[in-house]
Amino acid sequence: MEQLVNKYARKLVQTKLGSDSGPSQPLVGGLDDKLVWNRNADEIKLLEDVFKGLNINSLIFLRPVEPYGSLIGFLAENALKSNGLIQPEDCETRTFLHDLPVINKFDPDRIIRVLKKRKSVIIAPGNTNGSSQGPAILAHGTVSPEQGFVTISSVCFAGFIKFFTDYLKALREKTATAAAHDLFDKILPYVKPIQKTLPEFTPSPFPDEETVYLAIIEAGKKVIEYELVDSYFGNVSYFWNKTLYISQTGSSLDELSGCIDPVPVDGSTSAGLTASSELTAHLATVLRTGCKAILHGHPKFSVILSMDCDPGRKAFCHFKEQCHIKCPEKRFAGATPIIPGEVGTGPTGLCQTLPLALSRADSAIVYGHGLFTIGKENFFDAFCTMLEVENFSRDSYFKKVLYLKKN
Amino acid sequence: MYGWTGNILHIDLTKKSSRVESPGLNVLNRYVGGKGFGGKFLRQCATLPWDHPDMVICIFTGPLTGTISPTSGRAHILSKSPLTGLVGDSSVGGKLATRLKRAGWDGIVIKGESRTPLGITIKDDSIEFKDARGLWGLDINAVHEKIRPGTSSILAIGPAAENGVRFASITVDRHFAAGRSGLGLCLARKKIKYILVDGTGRTKIKDHEKLKQAREDILRLTAASPALMGQFGFTCLGTGAVYDLMDNRRMMPTDNFRRTFFEHAPGLNAAAYAKTYAPKKHGCLGCHILCKKIGKKNGKKITMPEFETMSHFTALIGCMDTDLVIKANERCNHFGMDTISVASTLACRREITGIDYTKESLLSLLNDIAFGRGEGKDLALGAKLYAEKMGKPEAAMAVKGLELPAYDPRGALGMALGYALSTRGGCHLRAYPISHEIFRKPVATNRFSFSGKARIIKIAEDLNTVVDSLIACKFTFFAAGLEEYAMAYEAVTGIETSAQDLLLKGERIYYNERIINALNNFDARDDDLPDRFFTKPGSGTNNINIPPVNRDAFLSARKKYYSIRGLTTNGLPEKDKAESLGLIWNNL
Ligand code: SF4
Ligand SMILES: [Zn+2]
Repeated sequence: MEQLVNKYARKLVQTKLGSDSGPSQPLVGGLDDKLVWNRNADEIKLLEDVFKGLNINSLIFLRPVEPYGSLIGFLAENALKSNGLIQPEDCETRTFLHDLPVINKFDPDRIIRVLKKRKSVIIAPGNTNGSSQGPAILAHGTVSPEQGFVTISSVCFAGFIKFFTDYLKALREKTATAAAHDLFDKILPYVKPIQKTLPEFTPSPFPDEETVYLAIIEAGKKVIEYELVDSYFGNVSYFWNKTLYISQTGSSLDELSGCIDPVPVDGSTSAGLTASSELTAHLATVLRTGCKAILHGHPKFSVILSMDCDPGRKAFCHFKEQCHIKCPEKRFAGATPIIPGEVGTGPTGLCQTLPLALSRADSAIVYGHGLFTIGKENFFDAFCTMLEVENFSRDSYFKKVLYLKKN
Repeated sequence: MYGWTGNILHIDLTKKSSRVESPGLNVLNRYVGGKGFGGKFLRQCATLPWDHPDMVICIFTGPLTGTISPTSGRAHILSKSPLTGLVGDSSVGGKLATRLKRAGWDGIVIKGESRTPLGITIKDDSIEFKDARGLWGLDINAVHEKIRPGTSSILAIGPAAENGVRFASITVDRHFAAGRSGLGLCLARKKIKYILVDGTGRTKIKDHEKLKQAREDILRLTAASPALMGQFGFTCLGTGAVYDLMDNRRMMPTDNFRRTFFEHAPGLNAAAYAKTYAPKKHGCLGCHILCKKIGKKNGKKITMPEFETMSHFTALIGCMDTDLVIKANERCNHFGMDTISVASTLACRREITGIDYTKESLLSLLNDIAFGRGEGKDLALGAKLYAEKMGKPEAAMAVKGLELPAYDPRGALGMALGYALSTRGGCHLRAYPISHEIFRKPVATNRFSFSGKARIIKIAEDLNTVVDSLIACKFTFFAAGLEEYAMAYEAVTGIETSAQDLLLKGERIYYNERIINALNNFDARDDDLPDRFFTKPGSGTNNINIPPVNRDAFLSARKKYYSIRGLTTNGLPEKDKAESLGLIWNNL
């Protein structure tokens, strides 16, 4: 347990949601027969009461770093003015976390009351006790601290997406508040374009299976390093020797070693049972397009842009409550199509829409969810495309904002 | 009243009478349904032998039964197990639960014994006892042909139960087995050949909109689950989809758990069956996953084997013929025998005698077991008693007398702990650690480590207990959670609850089972695994090492579990803990 507690504290820092000093140091507790924490902290006393009130085995407390701290704080305060819930806009958070409850006090009883029903609770800023300043997120797990890590990561992702989505919408509807404008200006320095030099990738063709595995592991690491995915992990695959090698469900893209399933196209084995939930979409895509490499991430501005729909048009759309599965418009971010589809293989699953889209373009954004890119032979192309699309989406977003602000 | 019908049917077979109990909402909300109510009634006669006339057989639905709450179509049957002497229970699919609920009953509790074979017909509030002397001796299929249940649900036993097979099962609606624990024999003891149920009522729902929302949430989550709805998932290939995974992870019990790798496995997987039998989806009433598969060959419909049957009738007993698996499965279903127990007992025999099976010898042994002929009589006792009788108790791969299913515990240490601690003996479903150790849900855990597993197992047992009470299917929980089901519970019953409240109900129900077992003298000595797992390694590869389970680490994890569960170091329940859960203690 010590090991896991430390691992996920470290991961929160690595993924730039927490820091290794100051108020944003993650606090992670794990309970088997004894309770262990990754570090000492004043909050532990109250959090021990939370443990006592719940049938759980792990708890994470985090005051996220900027821009997430301010974003979550802003959304939390707004939520407290209405029903006490932040309603995420992105599809994955909605599927897995539903809504995000907010309370205004760091109080074990109230925390317990929320965590009895939900995977996370957000404590609004300003009202945490004593030294604890700033908004905080608490999340629990019944199996591993990884659950809390995933939840917190999703909450931060959802908060980011929600703020920027709502802000653009408010500008269009001319309802943006002074507080929203201020926050936008305040966090602007934190949302820089991704400008790192392009990484090197193992060149294709790959001579053997071993190299295929290594290339996938490498590609997964780069997607994380360039911050092209948060929360629910994304996925990576490569088609080689009539077999699709694909990351496993719930695997972290920076830890793919041992988490790749080989799935032969002839269906002769069902070992793909643990493969990513997008396996069917990946398989159909390689068969339809002849590409070999597929990357899927959740770059933030691609997701935000995918949900930007003209309010005038939206008002008359039959499907306005079901955009993520039924959007009838042909929409694009540059040359990249934006398509509907939910996670998985249902009748409205993205396996129905994605392969077709990728047969016409080398990238596609799934509404409110994330970006898929393909490479004919190698991951380098897919990766460059992913970066381009995200930077393009970011630029378009800010152009739109600037334009709306001017007018 | 919402959710529940509020009525429990008590049947006394000795008097051929019935009465209605209408527990108040508090009682219903406390015991929930299914396993919860079964445990309540079993506790009242906990120390009676399984075959005592006053021993109960409980068949229960749950508050979610008969609603659109996903996978709520399962029933729970519970009595004392003739095979193990423990709490004996089994979840079962088909239409039974839905029909029973529509007939106006949350559940049935059967006591007493009949002198001659009978059937019980329940049509709404009309209860009839039918002479079944003419059906005694018939196999399940023949019973179906005679009764022709139509839209009714029918539960029946076969000759195995009648002939005293300790692991006799109950079959519901032809294809669905309440397999484990020997519940078929409990019915046979009371001379019940079948129960036929139909009803016209509806489950009343407090908040339809909210229930719809909960349903959509659950469906969305299951759609995102590769194990359930993926192209290799249960919906497409049935539970047999797990076969390749166990092969791949080197945890397929082979040669009576002497190895964990079967070289013939690739040709015996779900894909191989799909090719030959073109199976179609089938399942419990109201389920969207439909994990059951019905195949066809030469125009004949065939119930496809579940994963455990596929594995145990090949690797465990050294056979490599899909057709044999199909036939053995069919025979077990018709005669009413649990495939896991029977295959495991046969594997034990193979180890002890050194005699391999041919197709003919295997099928003919199945007949001998079901009809109590020759060697079959001893085999019908189950692996534990059989091995003892043969002077080789170490060859029985069972925990507390229940034969182990098809996951080798050396390849998943949570499973090792789960097997040892389960209240019904060697069972993978009580804690279902395969979910995180293999399927990576809700997140993956290290299958080769005991770290954190004690509490994980405890919480999972609480979870699965309440799932068997609500009722929902455990498979759904590879994707959804109690968070979503709490919403369904609230929507249906109008009673405010939460995931954690439901877990607490599960904890109470499970602790009650520990009490029942303790009343029957089970303690830490029984919470253990066969020695083989601690002394012999599995069949690893260069990349996957499958060492024996480290005994000290196992005992230390078990000790942690006892403390977390609120048991003594000897695994016995404690008064304070029981009372803090609101359980009675007086008869301990
Ligand atoms: S998943 Fe299978 S066992 Fe579970 S309810 Fe559905 S059909 Fe029945
Ligand atoms: Zn995604």
